[in-house]
Amino acid sequence: MDIIVCVKHVPETAEAELKIDSSGKTIDKAGLVFDINEWDDYALEEAVRIKERFGGTVTAITIGPQDSESTLRKCLARGADKAIRLTDPKFEGSDAYATAKILHSVIKTLHYDLILLGAQAGDTGNAATGPILAEMLNIPHATMVKKIELGSGIAKVNRELEGGLEEQLEIRLPALFAVSTGINEPRYVSIMGIRKAMQKEIKVLSLADTGLAETDVGIAGSWLNIERLYVPPVEKQAEFLKGTPDEIAAKLVEIIKSKGLI
Amino acid sequence: MAKIFVLAEHRQGQIRDITFELLTKARELAEKTNAELCAVILGKNVQEHAKALAEYAKTVITVEDPKLENFNSEAYKRILSKLIVEHKPSLVILGHTSYGVELAPRLAAALNTPLATDIIDIAFEGDTLAVTRQMYGGKVNVKAVLRKADTYMVTVRQATFTPKKPEPPANGQIITVPSPLTEEISEKRFLQYVLPPPGGVDITAAEKLVGIGRGIKDQANMPLMEDLAKTLGAVLACSRPIVDKGWLPNDRQVGSSGKTVKPKLYLALGISGAFQHVLGMKSSDLIIAVNKDPKAPIFSFADYGVVEDLFKIVPSLKNKINEAKAQKT
Ligand SMILES: Cc1cc2nc3c(=O)[nH]c(=O)nc-3n(C[C@H](O)[C@H](O)[C@H](O)COP(=O)(O)OP(=O)(O)OC[C@H]3O[C@@H](n4cnc5c(N)ncnc54)[C@H](O)[C@@H]3O)c2cc1C
Repeated sequence: MDIIVCVKHVPETAEAELKIDSSGKTIDKAGLVFDINEWDDYALEEAVRIKERFGGTVTAITIGPQDSESTLRKCLARGADKAIRLTDPKFEGSDAYATAKILHSVIKTLHYDLILLGAQAGDTGNAATGPILAEMLNIPHATMVKKIELGSGIAKVNRELEGGLEEQLEIRLPALFAVSTGINEPRYVSIMGIRKAMQKEIKVLSLADTGLAETDVGIAGSWLNIERLYVPPVEKQAEFLKGTPDEIAAKLVEIIKSKGLI
Repeated sequence: MAKIFVLAEHRQGQIRDITFELLTKARELAEKTNAELCAVILGKNVQEHAKALAEYAKTVITVEDPKLENFNSEAYKRILSKLIVEHKPSLVILGHTSYGVELAPRLAAALNTPLATDIIDIAFEGDTLAVTRQMYGGKVNVKAVLRKADTYMVTVRQATFTPKKPEPPANGQIITVPSPLTEEISEKRFLQYVLPPPGGVDITAAEKLVGIGRGIKDQANMPLMEDLAKTLGAVLACSRPIVDKGWLPNDRQVGSSGKTVKPKLYLALGISGAFQHVLGMKSSDLIIAVNKDPKAPIFSFADYGVVEDLFKIVPSLKNKINEAKAQKT
């Protein structure tokens, strides 16, 4: 099994205070901690597990500046064999469509049985790159994948539907699967693994290497053009309780009691 | 006349709520742009559904085929591509659901139709389409415009628009189009639905829920959470990362891919309030959220908010509940 995993280097924002930068089109990334996109982390783990069972190779691919090499190193440390970084200032502003084109330009030159990526990226949340890429490669795909069982030339996958329901599909290989969180338990990386990963080569490709035109990528090559970012308007705001933890707890108990719930 | 297509979603014989949410918003857009609202439904035995759709839409296009008994994005892609090329709608609207996420990007790529996913608002500005969506787990809103095209496509976030039946009903015309599928889709086949194994606890029946999220940090903190829930006489529920890590079983997850709950009290501890979670708990009678981030989206859904480290609140809260219970007896 030759497996390609597409990964994205994204800022962790759940606990961070976000500031919109002066262009109004993106957030100020200074001071944010970046790591592999949560969903891609599961995709990578799934790829490595499949390789461990069936043999073959895992190639991690990302689009991003120099910084994103730390995410590729993480993939190598976890068991990926090769890594490719696509980078060019012209790629900036690429939406899911332009991103898929960039990935496609390289992936079409590689051998693969499976392509795995996360169901969505935590930053943009488009959940679109995978299926677009599959269409460009003309291979079947499934999104929100919770389970993969491989047979010869086919895979059985479980997809999440709403409300805890899943559907099981049979899909011919080669195929692309966008995986959900919780499909596995991503492993910790050993020190040995990190050391080894530092020695591995990361192939770096730019726009010229992709065979794409400038107008295929970035804003020019995108469907979606961001006009501005803004803080969501507050439609309803909770009444905030203030004080020491004891005082707050006392108020909470009063509120809960007043509803007859204690 | 320009057309707006809405893809009706149905599963196991039921039309899904999202369909009427989409139709309601699409009707408003159709009126503004003087377009014809057209519902599209693909499936096997969907004539009853078509009647329901006709109350909202000027026309209902149905494609019937035994091969469409269950959703298959590849089959849908082929049929919709053909319909879109023939009718040239100015806009195609799908739900940002499990089905929409599977189908829309691939369909858009096949037709090179500009697509925006998971939108929460939409408007034509002249002949360009402007959309609002969110990034970074709901912390930032984005206004974007789609590249100019004859046909645009969007997927709409669930529960964003409130369905409203038109008065009087649209009394739409139902048009049955023969299925263009000549053969089985062999590269992608539906096998069966899979239900999660039944769990021990039904969080949808609980009067009080303590919902825990990634903010509890470590599995070692689970006993503390269980303790609080027990003291309060509540059941422990959670956001998705807690299930992903295996700290609680599947059937405790609240949200779009988990359960929808409506308890008298939902106490959210260390939950950011991503929309997939909020979908499952926003109708709770009383929502109290504890989160150390004052900008956490959960505070727009809570009745009461506490901006504080949950580990400072939980022990105090437990004590105060015990005191209150002691007073009562
Ligand atoms: C297709 C799909 C379906 C999904 N379905 C669901 C679903 O059904 N249910 C669901 O929940 N999610 C679902 N998700 C995931 C969802 O998008 C979010 O990733 C998830 O809800 C985040 O969970 P969280 O709030 O616990 O974690 P985070 O977003 O990481 O938030 C943790 C919060 O804890 C706070 N915090 C940290 N430490 C403390 C402390 N000491 N004291 C107080 N506060 C603290 C932080 O400020 C932060 O706000 C789905 C996603 C996708 C793509």
